[in-house]
Amino acid sequence: MAIALPASGKGTLVYCSEGSPEGFQPQFFSTGTTFDAVSVPMFNRLVEFDLGATNIVPALAESWTISPDGKTYTFKLRKGVKFHSNANFKPTRDFDADDVLFSWNRMADENAPFHKVTAGQTFAYFDDMGMKNIVDRVEKLDDRTVRFVLKRPEAPFLADMAMDFASILSKEYFDAMMKKGTPNAADVYPIGTGPFEFVSYQKDATIRYKAFDQHFRGRPKIDNLIYSITRDATARYAKLKTGECQVMAFPKPADLDAMRKDPQLAIQQKEGLNVGYIAFNVEKKPFDNKLVRQALNYATNKDAILKAVYQGNGQVAKNPIPPILWGYNNAVQDYPYDPAKAKELLAQAGYPNGFEVELWYLPVTRPYNPDGKRMAELIQADWAKVGVKAKLVTYEWAEYRKRSKTGEQTVMMFGWSGDNGDPDNFFVPLLGCEAVKGGGNVSRWCNRSFEDLVVKAAQTPSQPERAKLYEQAQVIVHDEAPWIPIAHSVRFDALRKEVHGYKMDATAHHYFNHAEIVK
Amino acid sequence: MWRFVLRRAALVVPTFIGVTLLAFALIHLIPGDPVENISGERGMEPARRTRLLHEFGLDRPLPVQYGSYVAHVLRGDLGHSLTTHVGVAQEFGTLFPATVELAFFAMLFALVVGVPAGVIAAVRRNTAADYAVMGVSLAGYSMPIFWWALLLILFFSVQLGWTPVSGRIAVEYDVPAVTGFMLIDTLMAGDLAAFRSALSHLILPTIALGTIPLAVIARMTRSAMLEVLREDYVRAARAKGLSRMRVIVVHALRNALIPVVTVVGLQVGLLLSGAILTETIFSWPGVGNWLIHGVQARDYPVVQGGILLIAGIVIAVNLIVDVLYGVINPRIRHG
Repeated sequence: MAIALPASGKGTLVYCSEGSPEGFQPQFFSTGTTFDAVSVPMFNRLVEFDLGATNIVPALAESWTISPDGKTYTFKLRKGVKFHSNANFKPTRDFDADDVLFSWNRMADENAPFHKVTAGQTFAYFDDMGMKNIVDRVEKLDDRTVRFVLKRPEAPFLADMAMDFASILSKEYFDAMMKKGTPNAADVYPIGTGPFEFVSYQKDATIRYKAFDQHFRGRPKIDNLIYSITRDATARYAKLKTGECQVMAFPKPADLDAMRKDPQLAIQQKEGLNVGYIAFNVEKKPFDNKLVRQALNYATNKDAILKAVYQGNGQVAKNPIPPILWGYNNAVQDYPYDPAKAKELLAQAGYPNGFEVELWYLPVTRPYNPDGKRMAELIQADWAKVGVKAKLVTYEWAEYRKRSKTGEQTVMMFGWSGDNGDPDNFFVPLLGCEAVKGGGNVSRWCNRSFEDLVVKAAQTPSQPERAKLYEQAQVIVHDEAPWIPIAHSVRFDALRKEVHGYKMDATAHHYFNHAEIVK
Repeated sequence: MWRFVLRRAALVVPTFIGVTLLAFALIHLIPGDPVENISGERGMEPARRTRLLHEFGLDRPLPVQYGSYVAHVLRGDLGHSLTTHVGVAQEFGTLFPATVELAFFAMLFALVVGVPAGVIAAVRRNTAADYAVMGVSLAGYSMPIFWWALLLILFFSVQLGWTPVSGRIAVEYDVPAVTGFMLIDTLMAGDLAAFRSALSHLILPTIALGTIPLAVIARMTRSAMLEVLREDYVRAARAKGLSRMRVIVVHALRNALIPVVTVVGLQVGLLLSGAILTETIFSWPGVGNWLIHGVQARDYPVVQGGILLIAGIVIAVNLIVDVLYGVINPRIRHG
């Protein structure tokens, strides 16, 4: 039977997405494309990020308390939250503490049922965020109260709980599928509490959802949500123009001007939760010398890079975290572009005639850097003026990352997109001492006073106090100059004028529960 | 006859080894690995990296990996995608009909337009019509598919609004995949509007993919026709007083088509490679699109399995064609 829905009628929103989800399970995967298709429309977390911001709001938990020692988080669960249903499953009870324990233990406990269901499947994000070292156990106090006991005080924990991997599954559904002898089905046909229910997926073509009438925040305004998977950005733009879709992901920067001029289209933009930077390998000469690192900070003309590479769609970075994050230290004075000062510092460091160096540049476009090669050429020219001759080098993208983790680089271009709205998520994975071992800290800079501050901040429950610690940490980073922070890029979504109520998210997800089509 | 069939079938074995080895070697030659691909900017704990490499079987020496791969293939197990964790054969089976549908129409388009164009060019040799056909087909042959496809979209879909931009069917039709062939599925569902939508979605990808084979077929038909038209039996047919049309179509074209058919057979392999580009631009959910993504994600089982299955199909088609030739023409059988 074919179900015909009105093409672009009031009730249906078509979103031209950039790729296929890896699967329909919120815990297994770690790409934004999968989150957009799974955890965003169909699931909820105990707490969530306020749409468009990085502060945390109640979701499946209506309130929470944190013990004074920062090691116990008690969540009071919301009453009357319904799960979706499908042809094989009708829920008989509302969401409760058992679902929270099931969802968590499945990832955390190797002996839990459903920990190993699909061969080769891992709980990627849970592992990457180091959850095993943070959470000791989860306890059910009663049907509507759960307690997470941590191994150490960890203030970013609440933000972690708002991340996609912490989505809540239905225990009843998994049990039912196990009973039927099809345990895998529960990970293929998703059942969540989110604003949209799963209808069907045609591989690499379309994902269909319908509004969930009983969603605890109220039914979405549209009836049907369809993801039309369109990998090519030019084809997405063409589909937006012809009305085959109403919202498109990731417009090409080169198309933005034409889109702005099109009376049928609207562009939304949002400061990115990201940073693009140049990292000096402080384990290698000459960058073991702070003066050299500072000198090249003075020698780099960031304004020119912003204009030429980001075409104005970004802001100059002076700190490792972007200004939309709390804890941003606006008092830090950026190194001005000053080649004379740079030369002076180089001479002081014993390099009056400069030196030769290999500068690694990004081989691909990343959200935080639209054109690594162009950026490298500009930097090469800037540095040449102070006698530093940079040879531009790059590798295939996976190879590039692999080599960077071994510390082979002398100075390299890199960047980061934040996972959650916590400053810890920038400082620790990018500049922490542990991350030197893991390879994420590509400047291999491990500074005791900095480390003490960020570790202390992670153990401090009060956000204002944490912010102060991070502000101090930024002063150290600025002075020590393991990086040249270059830019925080701006993200864009393009939509048709008839779409109302759509709002961009700070963590780069695409939410459609507030959107509606107004003709 | 049977000896001939067996001899041809025996050639499949070295071809199989060659294809598996080539696919295996090529994907491993690309820098990076699937685990690296997952880890992104973050970096990965060395312990977890080691565990994943082990789970994917990538911590063993390459010859061992190859041996184990071939052993699995011989048991009919192509492995699971490292990205979706779904069986490779199952994913291929879901997507392959879309590619077949597209390739079939592209070939049909190439034949229906290419053969008459070649005939006209041959019959009206050295006239404006001949130059036009040859000029256009040379242009068609040289056209990068990627660029040509975008041009078609921008002109016919965006400017004129005649055809949809991409996809296999308009999103409002949710037709259950029974055969996987959209035209058949829509008919089985009894939904004529959906059928029309599916047909309209086929037009641009068909043209984009069919252009190169069309050019080859037109040029091949022309040169084959020119040769045949010089033959004595054509002169004899004319001398008998048969109509010009009858001479050209029945006597000349029929014989000229023999080399054309060979070319068509060879184009099948090219069509599948062209489908990779066409499917990417038109968001066509076929195996080409899937393979490209597999390469990007370093999804070894998908790339190896996909290439193997496609090669297997091409080999099978060629085997059948060879045998049929033998059946039709005894000279090949005993040659």
